[in-house]
Amino acid sequence: MTSDPDADLDNPAPDSNEPPPDLAIEVRGLVKRFDGATAVDGVDLRVPTGSIYGILGPNGAGKTTTLRMILGIIDPDAGERRVLGSTRPQTQAHAIGYLPEERGLYPAMKAYEAIAFLGALRGVPLKEGRKRGRALLEAHGLGHLAERQIRQMSKGQAQQVQLLGTLVHRPKLVIFDEPFSGLDAINQGRLEQMIRALAKDGTTVIFSTHVIAHAERLCDEVAIIAGGRVPFAGPVNVARDRIRPQVRLETRATDGPWRAALPADARREGPFWLFSLPESGVEPLLRALIEGEAGILSLSIERAGLHDAFVAIAGEAAARALDAASEEAA
Amino acid sequence: MIGTRQPGRLSLLAAAMVIARRDFVAILWSRSFIFFLLGPLFPLVVGAMAGSIGSRVETSTDAPQLGIAMEGPALDAMLTAQAALGPRIDGALPDLAIVRRLKPGEKTDPAALLRATPERNLAAIVSGTLTHPILTGPRDRIAQWQGPVSLMAAHAQGLGPSHFPDVALSATITSHAATTHSRLRTAQGGQTLLFLLTMLLAGMVLSNLVEEKGNKIIEVLAAAIPMDAVFLGKLFAMLGVSMVGIAVWGATGLLFNLLGGLNLHGLPPPAVGWPLFVALGVCYFSMAYLLLGSLFLAVGSMASTVREVQTLSMPVTMAQLMVFFFASYALARQGTPVEWAAMAFPLSSPFAMLARAAMHAPLWPHLAALGWQTMWVFLFVRGGAHVFRRRVMQSGPQGVKRRRSLIDIWRQR
Repeated sequence: MTSDPDADLDNPAPDSNEPPPDLAIEVRGLVKRFDGATAVDGVDLRVPTGSIYGILGPNGAGKTTTLRMILGIIDPDAGERRVLGSTRPQTQAHAIGYLPEERGLYPAMKAYEAIAFLGALRGVPLKEGRKRGRALLEAHGLGHLAERQIRQMSKGQAQQVQLLGTLVHRPKLVIFDEPFSGLDAINQGRLEQMIRALAKDGTTVIFSTHVIAHAERLCDEVAIIAGGRVPFAGPVNVARDRIRPQVRLETRATDGPWRAALPADARREGPFWLFSLPESGVEPLLRALIEGEAGILSLSIERAGLHDAFVAIAGEAAARALDAASEEAA
Repeated sequence: MIGTRQPGRLSLLAAAMVIARRDFVAILWSRSFIFFLLGPLFPLVVGAMAGSIGSRVETSTDAPQLGIAMEGPALDAMLTAQAALGPRIDGALPDLAIVRRLKPGEKTDPAALLRATPERNLAAIVSGTLTHPILTGPRDRIAQWQGPVSLMAAHAQGLGPSHFPDVALSATITSHAATTHSRLRTAQGGQTLLFLLTMLLAGMVLSNLVEEKGNKIIEVLAAAIPMDAVFLGKLFAMLGVSMVGIAVWGATGLLFNLLGGLNLHGLPPPAVGWPLFVALGVCYFSMAYLLLGSLFLAVGSMASTVREVQTLSMPVTMAQLMVFFFASYALARQGTPVEWAAMAFPLSSPFAMLARAAMHAPLWPHLAALGWQTMWVFLFVRGGAHVFRRRVMQSGPQGVKRRRSLIDIWRQR
């Protein structure tokens, strides 16, 4: 698996032992070290075909390195990867779109030419690419930029052009590395719509982010990555369910026998008691509160958010780093 | 948004052509390309100016003359002898300039005369008598003129031949020695031209990946196509740009030739004939360019800034010079293992083979050499791309680094 991905590139046939057709990406035990420091340490991922998959983690967690290994830009030190059925990802380059974290286009190129060039790299003839480039720009309200050189655009506009360039060859799999960074709120919303449209059309979308809200809104599945490891990978609901629902209770009585019904992790926040829903469920809890004369003013059960799940799974330190990165990006 | 999927992927060559086309067009449409085309004009202008100044300096200085200070009859006899012998041995006799016509028995100090006439371009003075001429002047000059003065003095005494028969000339086209010598000149000329063009143009690829690395485009390229294709495409583009430059310069030179500004007819014909020699020259330039360029591209790809590239330029130029010197040295050692080594060593092979085209007629060695050189181009490109992936993209296991560490440890011991 650590062989040169450029080797035998003229043999694009997927490997004989095909993976399950429902997986666009499958990686097992990916390891990558840089100058002795382990950036990625045994990552396992299974990305279902047609899904929107988020890789969630703070800066330096290993998101970009993992994506670069999946794409074949770099080879892992250990582990296996299978992308669109092939263990040599570059043989599938024509079916993959990629937006790197550090955006880059040739400054002298016009927008439609830049899109055509990105398409040409993935096998679209230049003439066709130019036509598609203009059409894509028009379709996304950027038609007025078609003849403008990249160097004459704002950073956000250039980023949008590059984003369209990742789609010009109509890929089966799109990999976005931190796609929302550098975009204003309106364009972030548009990108979310675009990602949903891609998935609706059968395209697998995998993106990395350190903004939980994007992952929570968009993703079918997420991988939480911290310190180069993936402590959780799976459906968002399953991640949330890792944490017991939170009970928010407001009572008239401040003390009494009902207090014995509260679990050990119960804490006070203003007029409320907050605690995890006991494993026995809500009914025994309610009964104990009523019999203990708590005088219930309000009681709500809140399902854990992805952020809480992230804290529980990746730890407080990783969550703080993630929050800091989100605030910085904002 | 998604319509019909794109089938297939690019072959290595097709991917290389995408890069080559982009680079070629970008360079051709850039303003700096005009300066690139005008580049050779600067040394020509400087050369012409230097030549003009040199010729002025030269014409302002008269040819050195031999002063003569003898008694009247002897002096006249010497002048007559110079006039009689001069045309027969063209250029061998110095011009005589009368410094002093002495009276019979008059003595003179030639050294003092030489010092006293700084306004005249006298290199030495002949004095004394016809039987005992004395040559006074700087040591090297009088040693040079000793024989001619003796000849003139002998003729002036009537001791030499008085009649010179005409020699009929029967010219042959050439002789083996003349052919070899003239072809050697062609070979040297071809090698030098090839070297100058390669040195001027191949160095440009050093900085070729700096833009991609600076703009972060390299990440997009690396994800889409093999790094070999990126390297190959960049080489092809720069080769294309160089060919455009050479075509423009060549056409300009041809125009000058047609207008009578240059005279190329004096060049000795190469063994394979001019048309084939030019064709082989184009092939060997392409190979020399691709071979050196692939190495320079690999070296330059390690640099991340233009300043680093500039620092690399000097050793790279030195390396080119060494290759050229090796090929030139091999030209003077024809038929020896040195010549074979120069033809086999990939970097010097194009230079050595072009020289061979000038010297020997058989063509099959050129076909073999071009195949050999093409193989090395691909090996260099592949090696360069591999090193780039390992060192710059930091791809693959860190085994190379470990091996290097072991070498370092061994060196430290």
